[in-house]
Amino acid sequence: MSHHHEHAPIGGRLITLPFLFLSALALIAVVLLVERFMYGLGAVTNLNDGFPWGIWVVYDIVVGTGFACGGYVLALTVYIANKGKYHPLVRPALLASLFGYSLGGLGAIVDMGRYWNFYQMFNPAQQNFNSVMLEVGLCVAAYSIVLFIEFLPVIFEKFRADEWKKKLEKILFIFIAIGVLLPTMHQSSLGSLLIAMGGKVHPLWQSAYLMPVLAITTAMMLGFSIVIFEGSMATVGLRQPSETHLHRGLIKVIRALLVLFFIVRLGDLLYRGVLGAAFSGTLQGNMFLLEMVLFLIPLVVLSSANLVRQGRFLLIAAVSLLLAGALYRFNAFLIGFDPGAGYIYFPSVKELLVSIGIVAIEILGYLFFVKMFPVLPKAHAHA
Amino acid sequence: MNRRDFLKVAGSGALIATTSGAAEARGNLPVPDNAVGMLYDSTLCIGCRACVYKCKEVNDMPNVVRDGEVQWDQAEELSGDTLNIIKAYKQGTGETKNSAVDGFAFIKRNCMHCVDAGCVSVCPVSAMQKDPETGIVSHNPDACIGCRYCVAACPYNVPKYEYDEAFGQIQKCQLCNQKGVERINKGLNPGCVEVCPTGANIFGTREELLQEAKRRLALKPGEDYTYPLERVGSTYGHVKAAPDYTQHIFGEHEGGGTQVMVIAGMEHTKLGLPDLPERSYASVSETVQHTIYGGMLAPAGLLAGLLYFARRSCKETDKEGEDEV
Repeated sequence: MSHHHEHAPIGGRLITLPFLFLSALALIAVVLLVERFMYGLGAVTNLNDGFPWGIWVVYDIVVGTGFACGGYVLALTVYIANKGKYHPLVRPALLASLFGYSLGGLGAIVDMGRYWNFYQMFNPAQQNFNSVMLEVGLCVAAYSIVLFIEFLPVIFEKFRADEWKKKLEKILFIFIAIGVLLPTMHQSSLGSLLIAMGGKVHPLWQSAYLMPVLAITTAMMLGFSIVIFEGSMATVGLRQPSETHLHRGLIKVIRALLVLFFIVRLGDLLYRGVLGAAFSGTLQGNMFLLEMVLFLIPLVVLSSANLVRQGRFLLIAAVSLLLAGALYRFNAFLIGFDPGAGYIYFPSVKELLVSIGIVAIEILGYLFFVKMFPVLPKAHAHA
Repeated sequence: MNRRDFLKVAGSGALIATTSGAAEARGNLPVPDNAVGMLYDSTLCIGCRACVYKCKEVNDMPNVVRDGEVQWDQAEELSGDTLNIIKAYKQGTGETKNSAVDGFAFIKRNCMHCVDAGCVSVCPVSAMQKDPETGIVSHNPDACIGCRYCVAACPYNVPKYEYDEAFGQIQKCQLCNQKGVERINKGLNPGCVEVCPTGANIFGTREELLQEAKRRLALKPGEDYTYPLERVGSTYGHVKAAPDYTQHIFGEHEGGGTQVMVIAGMEHTKLGLPDLPERSYASVSETVQHTIYGGMLAPAGLLAGLLYFARRSCKETDKEGEDEV
């Protein structure tokens, strides 16, 4: 496991124009969060008595941790399926996952109406093991710590703590295994969260028993797509060598996941006889169709030998799949959620700015680490 | 077993575990032995809102004032300040009481104290509790983390979070039996029952209320009936001609049954009550969850396999690394 010579900081100036712009966005979010803590959730969000969960839950946690599944799927690929050639992709994916999860966890605390009682989730006298939320909360908290441990070798390497790094690497396989188990559990449970909401969730998304299967499938697809997306961004934005040759290898598994997803998703809708709602012309029906188109684009692109040869199309497929997975989760949790009694929800500007600020912090953190720490593969490795 | 096989087995195992839960499905929870509740008869309600006012007094909550006019309480919807409310149905000319066409009716909304309560099932920290004896669903703010999953999972939109406060909490009707109030333990009736002048809302065990509801539905329209005040069998009552009841006791079976039940002269959906399947959503959710995580066997097995392969991969990579050096 000694990959001393494989990774290097890319260096370069830290304070750049994009860096300052992102910092401004992050600062706005921090100011708004002060307002949230001083005057309550209602001062900043459009949450109401019918819609208890808004974009802070659905984007920051449900979609955000889905985007942060790169570390999960690569651990599965490299360490469980033993495809060592993808190893160069692992560290940047881990870094993005670490930020995605820790900020998702932070988002959860910000959204909690009684955050000072947070410790009760770890209090055996209060824990309710019937609750999907308990499992999601504990797993996400544990996985954030596991991600940090998995990333520690990078920090040891930077500070030349070779002894520590060696010691950790001897037992790292334990954390790698746990780091595959935990997301398998909570990413599927993110879907199970919706089961108890029953009829409030539109029939196009209320799949009851199949919820966990659909959720884990989208999590894996989001994970693989984000690896391709981030790799392409690093190539273009940070002038890193292209990793397209490695990304190509992931096509087969993404395609298989897409096929599985379509079979389960459409099979379920047909079995329950609710597919007709897709063509009802309602907002929900139209958003379902959009979701299907976004899932179909990567399936078409990845099935065409001609298209897939062009890196551009591979990126298009990845972006479309990211949007598809995100929209599936948005649809299920918000657009297809109807509490009745005329309640409506649309995020406030302040609410959006907080979520944007959190994304800005993630990108800032990513830039900081790839410039200062040995995260990305060394340039000559590809030469 | 090689990796490919393991992944296949693990994957299909997970799939089977999540899709074939029917055998061990958890059914609806049983009705607690001494379940208490309320029966609301929409046809008797005159919409005076004495119950809304009394509820605020008992729970120490501010009255809602509209247009500067102080008239009892003007709340239009349940909220963090309103745990009980009377709403009106009006159609067409709104002339005839209990008529779905050109008529009007009232409906009382508050916690239904579900037999198999979704809020209790989903609460990660057991802040929502169902009393094993009385079945009253109570809330403990000292345990609550404010995740509001109970709000999302309640088919009646009952629990309300106080969004306008820095340290808000979840509010819901606890049948006037919460700490410091404990009217039921003291042998009193819930506040809203005590003040109801027409007996539209009465208190009792779920069993006796269900029987009372069935007696009323069996009445011939126009037939005289002595409607009790406050409780079934009360010495106080009034004689009134029976209305034309819709033959449905809302809460007898809805979502696994509720302890607060409603009868009316029109369909429950007209009065804003949801259509719910007989099987509670909580039982479906718990069936899925416990099928996957029962005894933590599946996760433990999966972890064992993951540890084995992760260790082997790490060792192999180590060797390769040494070779390179």
